[in-house]
Amino acid sequence: MKKSGIIQSFALPFAVVVCLLLFWTMIWRSGVFHESAFPSPVAVLRAFRDEIVSGRLFTDLITSMFRVTCGFALAVASGIPVGLWLGQGMLARKAFLPIVNFFRNLSPLAWIPFAILWFGVGDASPIFLIFLSAFFPMVLATMSAAASVPNIYSRVAKDFGMGKFEKLTHVTLPAIMPQIITALRVTAGVCWLVVVAAEMIAGRDGLGFAVMDSRNGLRTDILVVEMIIIGMVGVGIDRVLEQLTKISSVRWGYER
Amino acid sequence: MTIPPLLLRQVSHSYGRLSVLEDISLEVKHGEFVAIVGPSGCGKTTLLNLLSGFDQPKSGTIERKGESRMVHQKDGLFPWLTVAENISLGLRRIEDEDRRKKQVEDLLGLIRLETFEDSYPHQLSGGMRQRVELARALAGASDILLLDEPFSALDYLTRIHLRQEVARILHERPRTVVLVTHDIEEAAQLADRVIVLGDRPAQIRYELTIKTARPRGPTHPDVVRAVHDILTVLNVESDSGEYVSASV
Repeated sequence: MKKSGIIQSFALPFAVVVCLLLFWTMIWRSGVFHESAFPSPVAVLRAFRDEIVSGRLFTDLITSMFRVTCGFALAVASGIPVGLWLGQGMLARKAFLPIVNFFRNLSPLAWIPFAILWFGVGDASPIFLIFLSAFFPMVLATMSAAASVPNIYSRVAKDFGMGKFEKLTHVTLPAIMPQIITALRVTAGVCWLVVVAAEMIAGRDGLGFAVMDSRNGLRTDILVVEMIIIGMVGVGIDRVLEQLTKISSVRWGYER
Repeated sequence: MTIPPLLLRQVSHSYGRLSVLEDISLEVKHGEFVAIVGPSGCGKTTLLNLLSGFDQPKSGTIERKGESRMVHQKDGLFPWLTVAENISLGLRRIEDEDRRKKQVEDLLGLIRLETFEDSYPHQLSGGMRQRVELARALAGASDILLLDEPFSALDYLTRIHLRQEVARILHERPRTVVLVTHDIEEAAQLADRVIVLGDRPAQIRYELTIKTARPRGPTHPDVVRAVHDILTVLNVESDSGEYVSASV
């Protein structure tokens, strides 16, 4: 039982990766693509080693992570209170929901020109774009969760003499926490996608810029290294946020 | 004890144009257990929401003396709090932490769930959850207990068992109780007085006092007789040929 579990969660995915590598090698060997457009696995491995030695990849990674963390943190810190406010008040919801929905469906990438005009190329532009990608989804998720908190909790809060503020912090917030955590995971994923795009256009450093730089230098081997890192970090971010679902006071949200 | 804990004078209530309660006058005495039975959807829960002060009646007056706590049909516990934390909600006014802890322990003993203090509601069975909710409602200085079909989401045997538990617990910690239920047998076993409501808009159709001291068994002769009486009243109501079972 335990042994088959190990096989299933490690050996099988590993086998799939090996198959992919073989497939990659086959295409490279077949010569369908020109050598400058399609690096071999060995070349990528070499580039990997060079990048680690030079440390440039690491610096870019830190830069991108910093931007995502700032933009995401700002969006969460402001989006949750705004969402709570909209979720509580019927009138506020009626007034703001259409515009929030509008911005939610407007790709943050469309803001890139304005971001550059307003904030130049540096940290501020990507942070602004990440903020936009996370803020509106967080507002909407918090709002709909807060608006659908069972009425019964309000009765209980009243029975036990809770005031308005205490009800918000001790009833509404814990009641929507499972949905908030889910929203955090989805939104962080989006932010990681956006930072690469933002840095490709409005950056002088960061992983997105590195991708663009490799393309300009026709270094497809480094390009693949960067793609692998971007993908793996994205998975890592979700893994970290997934830990939030293991907090004992939110388990109820995932087990019913 | 001249002022009754609950006093309703000609209370009527409606949602929009739908009249739910009509001209209900009722006095619940200190320490009395009143059961309100009636067909589902007749406005029993509305009545409880008025008694708890969560809703205000459209007309008439409700006087409540003391603090009331409601036990809900199900899912009334906060799922993000442990059993002990949920019960502690009822002890918020006690500043001293040791005293609060001691009282939580006492209440856990009362509902016989001593080993479950750190469990979360979703880890308990339905019957256990209802017991915790009862303990939470009894905690501290609450005066009036409002029970909103607290057993209806449970299976038959658990229901009978829990009914007896409630009788025992109330014997140890007497309260003024209003129980709303559609289970006539449950009402007759637990209550000092059973009030039968008619169809919407609900009015008091029938009132029956059961003199035998509580707690009583489910097949005590007076309980059986009370059930018979209530059913007779309801059978008269169903002259049109509709069949009325023990659980209306």
